[in-house]
Amino acid sequence: MDKYKLYEKIILYFSITIFLIFILLPFVEMFYASLRPLDHLFRSPYQFYSDDLSFWAYREMWNTVPMLGRYIFNSFFLATSVAILTLLFVIPAAYSYARFNFPFKNSSLYILLAINMFSGAVLLIPLYKVLRTFGLLNSYQAMIVPGVAFLIPTSIWLLKSYFEKIPVDLEEAAFVDGASRVQILRHIIAPLSTPGLVVVGIYAFIGAYAQQFLFAITFNQKKEYMPIPSGLYEFIGYQSVKWNEMMAASLVGIAPVLILFIFLQKYIVEGLTAGAVKN
Amino acid sequence: MNKKLKSFNSPTFLAYALIAPAAIYILLIVAWPVLETIRLSFTNSSLAGEDYVGFENYEKMLSSKKFNKIVTRTFVWMFFSVSLKLFIGLIGAILLNANLRGRSMFRVLIMPPWVVPIAIGMLGWLWLYNGYFGIIAGVGMHTGILDGPFGFLAYKQSAFISTIVADVWVGTPMVTVFFLAAMQGVPKDLYEAAYCDGASRWDRFFKITLPQITPVIITMSILSAIWTFNSFEIIWILTEGGPRGATTTLIIDTYKQALGNYKFGRGAARAVVVMILLTLFAGFYLALLARINKKISHG
Repeated sequence: MDKYKLYEKIILYFSITIFLIFILLPFVEMFYASLRPLDHLFRSPYQFYSDDLSFWAYREMWNTVPMLGRYIFNSFFLATSVAILTLLFVIPAAYSYARFNFPFKNSSLYILLAINMFSGAVLLIPLYKVLRTFGLLNSYQAMIVPGVAFLIPTSIWLLKSYFEKIPVDLEEAAFVDGASRVQILRHIIAPLSTPGLVVVGIYAFIGAYAQQFLFAITFNQKKEYMPIPSGLYEFIGYQSVKWNEMMAASLVGIAPVLILFIFLQKYIVEGLTAGAVKN
Repeated sequence: MNKKLKSFNSPTFLAYALIAPAAIYILLIVAWPVLETIRLSFTNSSLAGEDYVGFENYEKMLSSKKFNKIVTRTFVWMFFSVSLKLFIGLIGAILLNANLRGRSMFRVLIMPPWVVPIAIGMLGWLWLYNGYFGIIAGVGMHTGILDGPFGFLAYKQSAFISTIVADVWVGTPMVTVFFLAAMQGVPKDLYEAAYCDGASRWDRFFKITLPQITPVIITMSILSAIWTFNSFEIIWILTEGGPRGATTTLIIDTYKQALGNYKFGRGAARAVVVMILLTLFAGFYLALLARINKKISHG
């Protein structure tokens, strides 16, 4: 194939730079703000240069937001619980869709896709009632229960495509040889589908991590259960927002997910796009 | 196939039993709330209690000028946001698909807005849009485009545009990644044949790449429309639907009626409208998906 000429390369790199500036500017600016002293931030017009950058805000934030450690733990705890619960519900369902033929198989799969399109925001009133009926408001469950429901549909689709890649002959051979279904599951399916389970688990974890705002501000008022976003927004409404510390706290809060994603992005992207692209 | 195998491959009862937990969960947390919303929309439910009021909520809603304005605004907002996402996403995918040094790193660098909780990303945008201390107003003032502080979220028009920009920022990475995956799925021999025939890079893009990825472009535009329509957190965090309702879309209005004013009945009627529109989108999407699949399996 033909190589790029020099001017083409320059245009391409220049355009990519502009694109990346648009995408990364908020994060770069958040990081920069977190390093600057508060009185430098509150200068108008904006000053591009500060001479005393420091990580001071990263120490001070623990005093300003006394429960920050708890919020970070909550975020993790919530996302992990949602991911594990989602997997528990999704594994048998996805296996069934991948292996068996039964009435309403395709129509129910499409209904799942359609459910995906309803956001939690529309169903808040009845969800509130459901959670109140079961006495789950203002608890971890208030955020976990609806969180799982909205991750199940995509997860079933994702995992189903992984299960379909495991040749059915293997299972049939084992079955004919007298293996029970439980044995087949343990010795054939489980080891072969580990990568798929990891991808779907991470997808659910990241999804659960990202959706920690709407349900958290609507169904939970108790500070000790708040995840990072709703915990931090308690401090945004005030007259004097300590922006540098807010930014520092946000960045510390999202760092683990970002790192997790960077290491696994190849698999997650492959898994997510496979369905939409090849189909 | 022997009998034993046959029973292995079509055990309907087992199939349903395996699906049951997920199905029941979804029925309880999604399907039942949908039905309950429909029922509530015919009542005047509030914190004080509820009575059946027939179509009153719908009549009031549909005859109110404000509501009609909100519907129009929602579609205008959606139109700009979705077109920008698709346009920037397509250009982004073309750029990242180019055979350049560092491209695998660029691919990772575009993803943060997609992965990071929206609420955290919006904290960054709140700061960027700050009229006195934000970098955008700052650049404006230093270059003389602005003659003083300008709060981007404080004025009707600029708030409308600013929320669209933030929404595009959140939605573009995913669109880019899907377009990129589609471009890489185009068979290489098509390009090689065209190259041997002397087709220019331009020709190859418009005659091979674009037609090949059209199904993905269509699917992504509908999916993107649905997600944009559902966009709640971005607007809520940046403006809460203000100033003076300038960024109040259907979803924001539904939330405000239901949980801001505790008028569950009225909120539910709005939610039903949202659900009807979503069902239309979804039906359109599924029909299209079925058609594309058919085409692929036949050709």
